[in-house]
Amino acid sequence: MNKNILLSGVGGQGTVLASKLLAQAAMNRGEFARTAETIGMAQRGGCVVSHVRIGDVIHSPLIPQGGADMIIGFEPAEAVRCLDFLKPGGVVVVSSKAIAPITASLSGSDYSGEEMLSFLKEGVERLLILDAEPICESCGTAKVLNVALLGAALSTGVLELSIDEMKRTITERVPERFAEMNLKALALGAASGMEE
Amino acid sequence: MGKQLLMGNEAIGLGAIHAGVDVVCGYPGTPSTEILETVAKNNPGDVYVEWSTNEKAALEVGAGAAYAGRRVLVTMKQVGLNVASDPLMSLAYIGVKGGMVIAVADDPGPISSQTEQDTRHFAHFSKLPVFDPSSPEEAYEMIGDAFDYSEKYHTPVLFRPTTRVCHACASIEVKPRRTKDVPEGFVKDSKWVIFPRLSYQAHRNIEQRNPQIGEDFSGYRFNYICGSGKKGVVSGGISYAYTCEALGETPVRLMKISTPYPFPEKLALQFLEGLDEVLVVEELDPVLERELIYLCGKHHLPVTVKGKLTGDIQPAGENTVASVRGALERFLGLETSAMQPIEKPDLPIRPPVLCAGCPHRASFYAVKQAMKSRKAVFSGDIGCYTLGNAAPLGMVDTCLCMGAGVTVAQGLHRAQPDAVNFAFIGDSTFFASGITGVVNAVYNETDIVLIVLDNSTTAMTGHQPHPGTGVTMMGEVSQKISIPAVLEAIGVKSVVTVDPLDLEKAVDAVKTAAELKGVSAVIFKSPCIAVTKPAPLYHVDEEKCIGCKKCIRELGCPAIVYKGNKAYIEPSLCYGCSICSQVCPVGAIGGAQHE
Repeated sequence: MNKNILLSGVGGQGTVLASKLLAQAAMNRGEFARTAETIGMAQRGGCVVSHVRIGDVIHSPLIPQGGADMIIGFEPAEAVRCLDFLKPGGVVVVSSKAIAPITASLSGSDYSGEEMLSFLKEGVERLLILDAEPICESCGTAKVLNVALLGAALSTGVLELSIDEMKRTITERVPERFAEMNLKALALGAASGMEE
Repeated sequence: MGKQLLMGNEAIGLGAIHAGVDVVCGYPGTPSTEILETVAKNNPGDVYVEWSTNEKAALEVGAGAAYAGRRVLVTMKQVGLNVASDPLMSLAYIGVKGGMVIAVADDPGPISSQTEQDTRHFAHFSKLPVFDPSSPEEAYEMIGDAFDYSEKYHTPVLFRPTTRVCHACASIEVKPRRTKDVPEGFVKDSKWVIFPRLSYQAHRNIEQRNPQIGEDFSGYRFNYICGSGKKGVVSGGISYAYTCEALGETPVRLMKISTPYPFPEKLALQFLEGLDEVLVVEELDPVLERELIYLCGKHHLPVTVKGKLTGDIQPAGENTVASVRGALERFLGLETSAMQPIEKPDLPIRPPVLCAGCPHRASFYAVKQAMKSRKAVFSGDIGCYTLGNAAPLGMVDTCLCMGAGVTVAQGLHRAQPDAVNFAFIGDSTFFASGITGVVNAVYNETDIVLIVLDNSTTAMTGHQPHPGTGVTMMGEVSQKISIPAVLEAIGVKSVVTVDPLDLEKAVDAVKTAAELKGVSAVIFKSPCIAVTKPAPLYHVDEEKCIGCKKCIRELGCPAIVYKGNKAYIEPSLCYGCSICSQVCPVGAIGGAQHE
């Protein structure tokens, strides 16, 4: 197994935990894993990217351009921003909810994410758009977006990790009081992703 | 213990515990912070861990413990070593008894720093050995080697990971702790007292010793040569990982250097034998490249050395697998595999911003309102509040280095006394290097308004405690050092503490302070939102909102967006700071408690 997964989003959306869960799930089945994170100033509402690399012959913690089997976009524009990392034929899983940066509000531009989603629909062969808002609502917090996206990502089968393996990893790694809502988000994410 | 997914900094911290470290001190700074935190979190019980007030203090505390034979780890980011350079330069002459490793994290890019300085130069300048790991798993092993070399040569050693090693994770097998001998303690001797005569002798000894260390490093397990050919590639640190990834199966003679100083000349000469051309792949400065050019000159070798100095590797910023692959393809005469960038629609610009609910936003806004129509300059400092420079606040006119806001404001006052000169400083920065600047202003009778942004934590680096918080890294409660009491003791005549979230009072406090002669201080005290629970959230009454956008235009809060000609507050981001409700001209923004 040799998989490269890029997670891109906005600081505060939980990309770091999602990347750790992916790497840990792979390690639990005996694979070698590397990840790389954005930590520091950019975390304050800036663009953040996590790289997850699973397999033996990997040197760099960063995925090379054109090397990602999957991009998990936590926000439409952030998925588009990282598109150069996608392998030909790779899969994009993206949350449909846009986060308008303050620069857009100030300049009066009405960024809604729609233009990004239509660009992805045109340019990406395998695209899965997740409307995570009902999932977050039913789990009672927007913080489960990351795990809902993992559910959708695993449902494609591309990562060769099962929902059950991820369930075990969540139970292991997530503090008990948050485990239940995350398991729920995982299941709902896996059930509601629909490939375009 | 099995394999764990460890971040590079965790690997360094756990590696130090494995190596039997006794004392760990440092000052937070991205990308180095998690090293010390890891030791504190996994403390086997007999390791002393402290966040020191700054890097100079940390290095000196560490030196004392190492004089007494303890194994010491000191942690900081690259610019922290500038602060600690005074003790570092002398300590290089004095030496140590217990192993002492100074972990200094460099930040190519830079991603979260003021400079792209290269700590390998500092090694050369201070004549101290330096270790440069290429991956978290190598860092885990190498930190133990660093302690061993330090004790073998009785010298502090530098350990320099870069961001992509510090903040990368890898599967690592964690080993049990080594057994330790109890050191004999501090033995009085004139060798611990630096005097000119001693310095001369120490300098001579170092010049004799360092070539021996270089020779020793030629056999070091993480310096090696592989492959064959007429063309060679040299790399170290994270660039070595990029090089391996970019090369794949391409045959080439490759040398990895994990100890850039003292340079392992013997190994390098062996590598250069029979080569026509060498490409050096490294980040920040051309350190390995210069060593090779020097070596070729010294031994009259007919080898062309390429790298940053010849424009074959980018002069600044981070390398990537793609950039290294491009350089290797040009060097080896291979066909380019570079991909055409995808043409994308205009992407929203997303700079880092102050969090929704951040009390700094309120503080900056209050000062801005108070100084409307007055000539004023706002000197900033290092921390989350540097982000106050962004539109629409635009309240940071200068930022230089830790503690410089206080003193730069004084220079500006001397040049233009007709302006009100403000200095903004955070609570942790105040203790790190702000106090001496305030003493300078009081002593020299300088008119400045000092604004202390006290959010009761070291926020930017991930909420570390500091002298004002009353908590230590050993988990003990200590006496809180009061910022107003410090300022009063220094002789600041007017010291006022205000909650910045009460806008009217905050503006009045600043107006009053701006009228005073000498140093006047306003302490804006309100905790960081990341360490407190949100207050009841605010929302916009659509009936009342006139869509004037004043809240958006003046505050730039990421929780407020414009939706259907009205302001809208995103509930998942709002922290209930209430500033928008105080700014709204028609009272359209209310909180749950106002209903």
